[in-house]
Amino acid sequence: MVPLDHVIGLSAILFTIGTIGVVTRRNVIVILMSIELMLNAVNLAFVGFNRMSASAGGQVDGHIFVLMVITVAAAEVAVGLGIVISMFRNRDSINVEDVSLLKW
Amino acid sequence: MVNQQTELLRWIPLLPLIAAAVHGVMIGLMRRSAPRWVVIALSCGSVLLSFALSCVAFVELTALPAESRFLVDTLYTWIGAGIGETRLAADLAFRLDPLSAVMILVVTGVGSLIHLYSIGYMDDDHREDKGFQRFFCFLNLFTFSMLMLVLGDNLALMFVGWEGVGLCSYLLIGFWYSDRFNAYCGSKAFIVNRIGDFGFLIGIFLLFRAFVEAGVPATLSFSEIERSFDAIRELTLAAPFWGPEWRLVNVVGLCFFVGACGKSAQIPLYVWLPDAMAGPTPVSALIHAATMVTAGVYMVCRLSFLYADAELASAVVAWTGALTALFAASIAITQTDIKKVLAYSTVSQLGYMFLAAGCGGYTGAMFHLVTHAFFKALLFLGAGSVILAMHHEQDIEKMGGLWRRIRQTGVVFLVGVIAIAGVPPFSGFFSKDEILVAAFTAHVPGHLWLYGIGLATAAITSFYMFRLFFKTFLGECRAPAHVRDRVHEPSNWVVKPLWALALLSLIGGMIGIPQVYGDSLHVESSHSLNNFLSPLFPAGAAHHLSHSTEVQMALAAVGMAALGWLVAWFLYLRRPELPARMAHSLGGLYRMLLNKYWIDEVYDALIVRPLVRFSDVMLFRVVDAGAIDGIAVNGTARGIRALADHGLKYLQSGLAQGYVFLMIVGTVAILGYLLR
Repeated sequence: MVPLDHVIGLSAILFTIGTIGVVTRRNVIVILMSIELMLNAVNLAFVGFNRMSASAGGQVDGHIFVLMVITVAAAEVAVGLGIVISMFRNRDSINVEDVSLLKW
Repeated sequence: MVNQQTELLRWIPLLPLIAAAVHGVMIGLMRRSAPRWVVIALSCGSVLLSFALSCVAFVELTALPAESRFLVDTLYTWIGAGIGETRLAADLAFRLDPLSAVMILVVTGVGSLIHLYSIGYMDDDHREDKGFQRFFCFLNLFTFSMLMLVLGDNLALMFVGWEGVGLCSYLLIGFWYSDRFNAYCGSKAFIVNRIGDFGFLIGIFLLFRAFVEAGVPATLSFSEIERSFDAIRELTLAAPFWGPEWRLVNVVGLCFFVGACGKSAQIPLYVWLPDAMAGPTPVSALIHAATMVTAGVYMVCRLSFLYADAELASAVVAWTGALTALFAASIAITQTDIKKVLAYSTVSQLGYMFLAAGCGGYTGAMFHLVTHAFFKALLFLGAGSVILAMHHEQDIEKMGGLWRRIRQTGVVFLVGVIAIAGVPPFSGFFSKDEILVAAFTAHVPGHLWLYGIGLATAAITSFYMFRLFFKTFLGECRAPAHVRDRVHEPSNWVVKPLWALALLSLIGGMIGIPQVYGDSLHVESSHSLNNFLSPLFPAGAAHHLSHSTEVQMALAAVGMAALGWLVAWFLYLRRPELPARMAHSLGGLYRMLLNKYWIDEVYDALIVRPLVRFSDVMLFRVVDAGAIDGIAVNGTARGIRALADHGLKYLQSGLAQGYVFLMIVGTVAILGYLLR
């Protein structure tokens, strides 16, 4: 059986990778992918914690939350990719640095 | 004591409040004045109904056995805070005991008559801004506040009424606000009253703190304060800077008395009352003679258990009252405005009441309060009738010889004058007599001096009241011809209430005839007001005056009244040229009295001007405009704008990733703090 420490550790590593990706990459699609990575890191943590508490009580709150997150993530990607397409049509680019007009 | 619950009491103050609220809605929201008969029916109807309810409540109260005469009507818990020993609770509850019963009968009874009178008086006042309805709105609001004050079961509720009557007084003094002077007088009354209210509040806080300190869970209700009074009886309070420790009850008593000084126009806070005469005459009668100004006396009587134990505070009350009585009476001698004379007379009579209360004669104070309400309301309303007849002339130098022209007003005015002068069997005689007896037998330092001052004041009172009467009604008419020919008796609305009050002034003394006369008239217990009220008041040392002494004292008082009358008669009827000559030869003294001892000027120079100057230079220019507006408000805005202009705005780069980065930094910082 995989100990909880390992699950949480993996989750933290994935989350950090996702975060760094969001901050450093300029390609919008890669940023979206990094966000997915962060979400799935959280899902992993949910499942891991639920497994721990399940031995105590048998609840499935964590699993249900994971399903919710997946749903939200799907919706988010649909909207996000829509924005990317519209951005590409207007600017011929999917580089975030090209859309920084809203500033001082 | 069994608490008798009743649901009747709440309607007594509520009815005038409803009337006032309806008036307010009509004026404020509908922007339209109701027809005259609606206003009259609503206002006078509510107060008359309230009077009827008061009578019912009074009968209910007298049906109870003498030692448990106590009705209470609790609506809900109004203030509830704290737990255990620091609990502060105040119910919205009304309490009827003999003391408040007497007060509500006076307030609603005399109040009803004055409402009826106002119909006639204010009818003369044609104004474009719906003054008629506005006037009755304020008058109803006042009646409500005054009833709250006297019926309130606890100090907090009493304070609500206390402030309410102050507000209504302000509104009604400045009723004719288009004249700036009237508005000024209203503000003066309000501000001077606020000084007194401050003392009242401090008193409440001190009392509450004392109960907390003594470890007695106390509410502010009168009966509970009285019940747990023993716990704080011996507490002392160290003066912050110097001197010995003060007994707490003395300090509390003095604080409450400061409040009473403001509301009841005693030295040194009496200055607002003469100026309050700027208001319409029915207002002067209702608020500034019969009811509101007696609130201080009522409060001292209500807290009699406290004052009976606080010798120092009682002595201060008695001496302040006596000095005020003499002082104000001396000013009244030279005044020539008919309402000003009556105003100073009111101050003086209120001094009498405090003299009695300070000497432990609480029933005497209440007795004089009642009879004074009758005859002073009568005098003010009579003066109003004269003013109407003279087409708004108030200077008695321009009156005279009105007896033949307005006979009815003259007769009732004379009744009032005789009553206040203290001639038996008019009401003023009995109450004044009881006060003098109280002073004579009191345990206050210098009580014989107090008695002497009381007697001297009685003589002066008689003198200036007869002077007023002679100058107004007798002698030659000094009015200009065009006014003289048009002098006429006012309408029935004005005259009829005067007759009712005249009757009350005549026989009102019967409620408290001392036992001395009762014995000779073969009445079993003639001292009925005393018997009614006395279970409520701490038993003072019963005065053992022999009947002959008491009769001698009464004779002395009557002698003083006769002396005053004689001097007035000699000076103003027999030798009318003499007063002017005396004024000339006694120049300094005369000018001092005429200018009211320059008290207003002294206050102006010592307090008002320095305060205004300090407020203008320091508080306004430096603190408000400089520090608060300049540095705190505008300075903050300017500083933040400069910061944003020169640095903060570059944070908004337009790069989404920059924002995300900052967000992560912030999250990590917060997490780091929480997980440290």
